[in-house]
Amino acid sequence: MAVGSEFRMTDVVQLEEIHKVYDSGEVPVHAVRGVTLTIRGGEFVAIMGASGSGKSTLMNLLGCLDRPTKGRYLLGGTDVSGLDRNALADLRNQKLGFVFQGFNLLSRTTARENVELPMLYGRRHFSSKEIHDRALRSLDIVGLTARADHFPSQLSGGQQQRVAIARALINEPQILLADEPTGNLDSKTSVEIMGVFQKLNDQGITIVMVTHELDIARYCRRNLIMRDGRLVSDVQVADRLTATTEMQRILAAESEAKLTA
Amino acid sequence: MRFLNIIKVALRALRRSAMRSVLTALGIIIGVAAVIAMVSIGNGAKSQVEASIASLGQNIISVFPGSNNSGGMRGGWGSASSLTVEDALAIRQEISGIVALSPEMSDRSQILANGLNWNSSIRGEDTAYLDIRLWPIAEGEMFSEADVRSATKVCVIGKTVATQLFPDSDPVGQNLRIRNIPFRVLGVLSNKGFNFFGQDQDDVVVIPYTSHLKRIARRPNLNSILIQAQSPEIMARIQQDVTDLLQQRRSGREPDFTVRNQQELAEAATATTKTMTVLLGAIAGVSLIVGGIGIMNIMLVSVTERTREIGIRLAVGAHGRDVLTQFLIEAIILSSMGGALGVLLGVGSSQLISRLNGWPVLVSTSAIVGAVAFSAAIGVFFGFYPARKAAQLDPIEALRYE
Ligand SMILES: Nc1ncnc2c1ncn2[C@@H]1O[C@H](COP(=O)(O)OP(=O)(O)OP(=O)(O)O)[C@@H](O)[C@H]1O
Ligand SMILES: [Mg+2]
Repeated sequence: MAVGSEFRMTDVVQLEEIHKVYDSGEVPVHAVRGVTLTIRGGEFVAIMGASGSGKSTLMNLLGCLDRPTKGRYLLGGTDVSGLDRNALADLRNQKLGFVFQGFNLLSRTTARENVELPMLYGRRHFSSKEIHDRALRSLDIVGLTARADHFPSQLSGGQQQRVAIARALINEPQILLADEPTGNLDSKTSVEIMGVFQKLNDQGITIVMVTHELDIARYCRRNLIMRDGRLVSDVQVADRLTATTEMQRILAAESEAKLTA
Repeated sequence: MRFLNIIKVALRALRRSAMRSVLTALGIIIGVAAVIAMVSIGNGAKSQVEASIASLGQNIISVFPGSNNSGGMRGGWGSASSLTVEDALAIRQEISGIVALSPEMSDRSQILANGLNWNSSIRGEDTAYLDIRLWPIAEGEMFSEADVRSATKVCVIGKTVATQLFPDSDPVGQNLRIRNIPFRVLGVLSNKGFNFFGQDQDDVVVIPYTSHLKRIARRPNLNSILIQAQSPEIMARIQQDVTDLLQQRRSGREPDFTVRNQQELAEAATATTKTMTVLLGAIAGVSLIVGGIGIMNIMLVSVTERTREIGIRLAVGAHGRDVLTQFLIEAIILSSMGGALGVLLGVGSSQLISRLNGWPVLVSTSAIVGAVAFSAAIGVFFGFYPARKAAQLDPIEALRYE
């Protein structure tokens, strides 16, 4: 995986007084109300908050999938609001990996082909074999090589989520944005995924994720809390958990349970 | 080489929704095939009528006796017996631009030969008759000028008469009897088939008009005069000249003749087939539209699914143009495959119809091009237009589309 060294010590993400108002419905919804936030290269951030507090909205803005109603967004030093649609698309393709809350996989398309998708729109051309191999490697990271030729409808929710993560990783992004990546997973698989994230983060990838679970947030380095579209808390994680040790604990507990049973 | 990837993406998308692809193509196939089959049948009928009109001869003008109005009773054309051989000879002598002319007599009569009898049409004609009607002799020869001059008892017979009266022998040289007068058969005409009124044109005995006047009809007047003009351009002029000449010969009497040209006849006949072609074309048009609506339906029904697909592609970095190219390629593949299959099916089924019913069919290139272009346009438009709208959305809007 590429190391985002040029970003490591710089501010990768700078939000200044970001607002987002949805005015498609009858009443305009002020989903994000003035968020100012700086994320430096190599950080591992968890965003928490009640349902409807604007986490997904903020993630969509960070992922350049949506434009803010007001405010400035600098990504790696460039003002994103000045970029056109194609430049934003290239950013999403090259620099950002996005895991949606609802997965957003193509139906009737195999896991591997779903993972390949971002590679088809890259600036570089790859041979079919390269694309194939990299998709399998990406699936391997999330432990899903065995299911490469299954369709999303044949996969469990957690497996679909892992396909979505593999897709986000295939172009080796500098920033990984994940909206509740463990929302559908059991605690053991959640720890596995957090292990993957921690490993990627150790390699220099900046990660921002949304989670509802406090103990999952403890695998991150920094925790933000949102309420009613505002950031109300921003703390560094003091007693950070490590996925490898947690996994050993879980395995130990499992075998102990088997012994006593 | 992003384009190669886009082609791959389009092929995958077609395979992914095989049912939609097949249904879309089916709409095109049925529309195209129906148009081709219908237009081919219509064209075939039209060409058959045209051929049968052409078989009458070229640049033909006919003179009929006018209607006989006696005491308020109108008899209809040909009921007056006012055309004479002298009229015919005057026309031949005084009017320029006439290639050939034949004074005509016609009658029906019982014919006997070989101990068999048969009722047939007896025509009195000049020697030029067969040339005017483009009707070659199959066997033997036509009677000569000398036969006409001296009203000889000779004839040439049509195929039907030949088979009815001389089933197992060669008619040439034998005699047949019309109203008990023996006529020697000089020749047998080639097969001409039915005319567009459904009459068997081969059921005929042609004798010199002089013989007909003198021995069969026994009256001084002609049934009609058949005139062949040199070219289509001078037909109107000849028609006028004939009218003037006959009028002049009648010096002030009520006109008792009618001059008609083949064009008028042809127009009446083609009007019928035109109606049929229009009818068939309308049926074909309806199936084309139904096929088009089918395509439209399928495309519009899948808009939601496809808009989400577009949202996903945009989200992972596709440009709007990539998505449009993909949809265009999909639509072109579907339309061209559907169009090709439709053409095959249309041409195949017209051939089949022609075999089964013995109808003449004439496959028309313009029908093929028109039908394929129309359904392809529908396929491309309804495949492409919703995609264009979706590709202009922000990815998150496309993903939320319902
Ligand atoms: N497209 C939209 N149009 C109108 N309002 C919207 C839209 N999307 C979200 N909202 C509103 O914006 C607010 C924030 O929504 P958002 O999805 O960001 O919440 P969230 O924090 O991700 O919640 P959850 O934890 O349930 O996923 C909510 O009140 C929601 O109803
Ligand atoms: Mg959310």
